[in-house]
Amino acid sequence: MSVAKALPHDAAALHVTGAARYIDDIPTPTGTLHLAFGTAEIACGTINAINLAKVKSAPGVVAVLTADDLPFANDVSPSIHDEPLLATGTVHYLGQPLFLVVAKTHLAARKAARLASVDYAEDTPILTIDDAIAADSRFEDGPRIWTKGDVDQALSEATHRVQGTIEMGGQEHFYLEGQAALALPQEGGDMVVHSSTQHPTEIQHKVAEALGAPMHAVRCEVRRMGGGFGGKESQGNALAVSCAVAARATGRPCKMRYDRDDDMMITGKRHDFRISYDAGFDGEGCLTGVDFTQMTRCGWALDLSLPVADRAMLHADNAYHLPTARITSHRFKTNTQSATAFRGFGGPQGVLGIERVMDHIAAELGLDPVLIRQRNYYDAMEGGGLSAPRAARPPEGISEHEKVGRGTRYTRQYSPKADVQTTPYHMQVKDFILHEMTEALLASSDYHARRIAIADWNAGQSVLKKGIAFSPVKFGISFTLTHLNQAGALVHVYQDGSVHMNHGGTEMGQGLFQKVAQVAAHRFGIEVGAVKITATDTGKVPNTSATAASSGTDLNGMAVANACDIIRERIAECLAELHQTRTENVRFEDGQVFVGDAQMTFAEAVQTAYLNRVSLSATGFYKTPDLAWDRIKGEGTPFFYFAQGAAVTEVVIDTLTGENRILRTDILHDAGASLNPSLDIGQVEGGYVQGAGWLTTEELVWDDKGRLRTHAPATYKIPACSDRPDIFNVTLWDQPNPAQTIYRSKAVGEPPFMLGTSAFLALSDAVAACGPAYPDLQAPATAEEVLRAVKRARA
Amino acid sequence: MGFGKEAGVYVASTPEHPRTDLVRRRVYIMDVTFLLNGETVQVEAEPTRTLLDWLREDRALCGTKEGCNEGDCGACTVMVTDEGGAKALNACILFLPQLHGKAVRTVEGISGPDGALHPVQQAMIDHHGSQCGFCTPGFIASMATGHLQGRSDHDDVLAGNLCRCTGYAPIVRAAEAAADAPVPTWMNDKVPEANAQSYAPETLEELAQWYAANPDATLIAGATDVGLWVTKQLRDLPQVAFLNRCKELRAITQTDDTIHFGAAVTMTEVLAAIGDDHPSYAEMIRRYGSEQVRNAATIGGNIANGSPIGDNPPALIAIGATLHLRHGTQTRDMPVEDFFVAYGKQDRASGELVTGVTIPRSAPNLRCYKISKRFDQDISAVCGCFNITVTDGSVAEAHIAFGGMAGTPHRAHQVEAALVGQPWTAETIAKTAAQFSKDYTPMSDMRASAAYRLEVAQNLLHRYFAEMTGQATSVLEVTP
Ligand SMILES: Cc1cc2nc3c(=O)[nH]c(=O)nc-3n(C[C@H](O)[C@H](O)[C@H](O)COP(=O)(O)OP(=O)(O)OC[C@H]3O[C@@H](n4cnc5c(N)ncnc54)[C@H](O)[C@@H]3O)c2cc1C
Ligand code: FES
Ligand code: FES
Repeated sequence: MSVAKALPHDAAALHVTGAARYIDDIPTPTGTLHLAFGTAEIACGTINAINLAKVKSAPGVVAVLTADDLPFANDVSPSIHDEPLLATGTVHYLGQPLFLVVAKTHLAARKAARLASVDYAEDTPILTIDDAIAADSRFEDGPRIWTKGDVDQALSEATHRVQGTIEMGGQEHFYLEGQAALALPQEGGDMVVHSSTQHPTEIQHKVAEALGAPMHAVRCEVRRMGGGFGGKESQGNALAVSCAVAARATGRPCKMRYDRDDDMMITGKRHDFRISYDAGFDGEGCLTGVDFTQMTRCGWALDLSLPVADRAMLHADNAYHLPTARITSHRFKTNTQSATAFRGFGGPQGVLGIERVMDHIAAELGLDPVLIRQRNYYDAMEGGGLSAPRAARPPEGISEHEKVGRGTRYTRQYSPKADVQTTPYHMQVKDFILHEMTEALLASSDYHARRIAIADWNAGQSVLKKGIAFSPVKFGISFTLTHLNQAGALVHVYQDGSVHMNHGGTEMGQGLFQKVAQVAAHRFGIEVGAVKITATDTGKVPNTSATAASSGTDLNGMAVANACDIIRERIAECLAELHQTRTENVRFEDGQVFVGDAQMTFAEAVQTAYLNRVSLSATGFYKTPDLAWDRIKGEGTPFFYFAQGAAVTEVVIDTLTGENRILRTDILHDAGASLNPSLDIGQVEGGYVQGAGWLTTEELVWDDKGRLRTHAPATYKIPACSDRPDIFNVTLWDQPNPAQTIYRSKAVGEPPFMLGTSAFLALSDAVAACGPAYPDLQAPATAEEVLRAVKRARA
Repeated sequence: MGFGKEAGVYVASTPEHPRTDLVRRRVYIMDVTFLLNGETVQVEAEPTRTLLDWLREDRALCGTKEGCNEGDCGACTVMVTDEGGAKALNACILFLPQLHGKAVRTVEGISGPDGALHPVQQAMIDHHGSQCGFCTPGFIASMATGHLQGRSDHDDVLAGNLCRCTGYAPIVRAAEAAADAPVPTWMNDKVPEANAQSYAPETLEELAQWYAANPDATLIAGATDVGLWVTKQLRDLPQVAFLNRCKELRAITQTDDTIHFGAAVTMTEVLAAIGDDHPSYAEMIRRYGSEQVRNAATIGGNIANGSPIGDNPPALIAIGATLHLRHGTQTRDMPVEDFFVAYGKQDRASGELVTGVTIPRSAPNLRCYKISKRFDQDISAVCGCFNITVTDGSVAEAHIAFGGMAGTPHRAHQVEAALVGQPWTAETIAKTAAQFSKDYTPMSDMRASAAYRLEVAQNLLHRYFAEMTGQATSVLEVTP
């Protein structure tokens, strides 16, 4: 049994010895050239003239390319072809690549890239949301508006109302490994590209376009990334295309990796948002309607901003039933880096909006915010989400109706119930388990007693104040662009019984490869060590979706299971025939194959099948069932299921300086029936700290010229070791997913990020202890912002 | 005397691109000897070739990673052993000549020669301490060094290693789990024999004479500033001298009343030396950069660079420290506060070097407050240091100095004047705090706004009063 085991990351031993290879570690052929971009020094304008003489004559420079030197597509956009690799005369943001230096060393390329003299005609940039509103600078024709019921009437009839606005900053991914790519020219004009990307097929596609070649001429390989978090879904295109184009131009291998400062100046970040709300509720705190206006800065190019902004709308309810709602979403175009995917993909911003509303309602009514949240939760799933978390649960066997082999259909399985509540986008919520999870977490974290103890403690302190808060998450799982919900796999079984596994997902640290290898091993009843994990390769599995939307294991696990089952069935058929029995009597377990009364090792079974000329290689495929929705109307079923979780965080603030710290965090998270509890807990711990970082110390600052001032770790502060909670309890709910996912597990990559919201709310709670007024805390809650809020509370 | 041998013409031309404008540069090549993972290496290095680039590009030792190339992420951490013992350093801002006569262990050398895992490596596997794994080699180097030193203050040992994936909890669990395992034998590096080298003078006499004669050269102490000139500003530094082998500059001398720090004493050494006498100053230095940065950065460099946001100067000013300078054979002393003339301008003549600083051992009322976005490994937005003597209930003496509030670190003379002679009460504090706006006109930048800086300066006086009157004031001391 390899599924549900708490095995280490497959590459852990390589990580700790420094043997794990990333792009920049791959040995390169002699003569490999190195690239760097020369970038724009203004945020908006046109280029009158550009003098590259000094760049070209700088030591070690081999070639300098501009847009004119690109023979085919000059585009690295993942969406609407609005993102030239090299500027074509117009500058859209400060940091935009203008030209490409090809040199003998990385350092020579970087040095030369700074030697251009560019004559600009500068225009006034559109930098802020307010600038964009004033100029009506936006993507799409107008705002997207989704409605449910008559919110205006609900608001006008509400006995209580709160209104407010919360600003939330963006976030730099700060993957520890910067963007990198390596292109190796092949015979006949073909190109092999190694890229640190979450989306190998897109790299293949964009490189092919840039080379004027069909996709079959390009192969992209990705063994691992040193972190992605969404930042390598589309942002690697520019490097891969540059390498390929330069390799074509020079006939030599080309490598490009961004220096950290370049990486932060050039690439997109999380979308910042301004969310305004007008909420109506009754004396119990139950919502009757909410009107949200979400505004976001998408930056200069579209990239993935539409689905990001959609997902913010899709999570405007988080865990709460909104009887009536209107969500208006403005997607502004600004002269800043093109904001991109980042863990949660707009979800965290939408969630923070409604969590602020909950917090505000509680303050207005003087009630415990947890109570308000519980009162507004969606109805519990019929039959409840079972009672309590269980520590370790044996995985389900491979029962017939669950088999992922040929001809099986997968559907959600819920007990039917009348009048199921719907989300603002009219999807029925049938798998809601937060009632039970909340009770369990409040008990395990001793929330109520601690809340009282904190109030007592605060009464005795003049300078310091503590705060505590609970927040839940309900996160929709599936790509909202429905066709992306498909995956392929390729599995070979060799004569000696060893297994080669490949699929379209990429490994960025999340443990996907190990979880899927556990699935493969489980299907064959062998040890996971017998399964070789191999680099993602567009030559093995084509037309892959990005590893994103938390869906990596759901999709690729199923596709690999499908491939394994096909091979297993073939072996079973062969053995059944030889032993004169039926295939149902062939079992694969503990490295053995049982055929009726006979027993042999898996390797012997494979050998037998081989000698009987059975194909031991198969492709697998999976597509998520039952998805259909209309993103313009905001109507339908975009998600297969919801992953859920809840956190309680305690903080302390200094009311003189605003300095603050997380003291304790308790989390209960729903990973379904976990495929690997250790890896899943790792995602929860890491996601929480990253989410808390977004809302506390991680502040992006642009100056009034549009220059990002926080373009290095010296000035942009992600959480450090001591910023994690002093006490950090993470437990998995560990109950099977009612939806038929791979071994009933749930996606776990993004959802825990939103649990960081509880840290922000706890800070707000601590500030509230300073005075009577609502703190109206804005994000990120840096020390400076906390101090401002303390003054607001005291006012 | 030449520092390093002149290597003649460096032709910056390629066969593909013959140059007409051949650049003729003087490049000094330095002979450097050190142990790398137990084996002696002799390298002819350009003075500002970083250990990280050399490891990855010349030695194909790619375990050590580049995450930022500026000392802030720790992905490049290596263990370096010298006479003072083992320490963690950032290879990205460590120049090869700084390693002369030392021993380096990279992640590849932290596993045993036969491939046996170090206890911290095994613990990281067992406790799921790596996800993407890119930060991991740096963590391993920091953890192995901390393990060798018998450290249990894991948050401090790891403050300079950023991890974006794990949230740190499993890494700290691994460090705790490995703590009791014995140090593997291969980790005890012996410092190699190394010849005296002209680029790193052994005596102050030699150094001072040379610098007076070559005033345009760059002195390199810990390279936590100069390193970034090279890796980020891409500057060429043709002529340099390294201070780290100069005995007088490395010395700490204590008397009954004073502690003298040679200019090249590192912040780690300063921290250890002031812990008993000046716990608040030490607590601030505990938060200076990170373990790796404190192991490199020197107190002399932190003063000599003239930065308005350095953490030592305000403390040194508030405590009444004396700075020592030397030009050739001429020496002079001055109060530290007089050294900072204006933004970018110090009272230091061309060719003159800082030789050390002397502080009094007694300053029981000294309190040092560092305010930054993040507690560890961050530059101060405001650094306020207070040293106020109260006699018979009124203020007898006040020394208050701030960094981050002006173009130089300097005293709050108006506030001090308003305090002296007044009763030591909350009312006095409330009345006086507003005076800060007469002393400072701070700037807004990415670390903080001007308004916040001014308000915090005022509030820190309140904090000082609260702390001196026994109230809890530090969020770092609160437990859940
Ligand atoms: C990641 C990181 C974190 C940091 N965190 C902090 C922090 O928390 N607080 C803080 O205050 N600083 C911090 N710094 C800044 C830096 O550590 C200091 O400015 C440091 O003290 C410089 O000392 P050094 O020995 O490294 O100097 P170097 O970089 O070697 O030299 C700095 C300058 O001083 C000159 N110089 C050095 N020694 C002498 C001498 N004896 N006489 C004359 N001139 C000399 C050099 O020529 C150079 O101009 C940080 C830096 C980094 C990279
Ligand atoms: S690479 Fe980040 S500290 Fe050296
Ligand atoms: S494991 Fe990815 S940065 Fe630490």
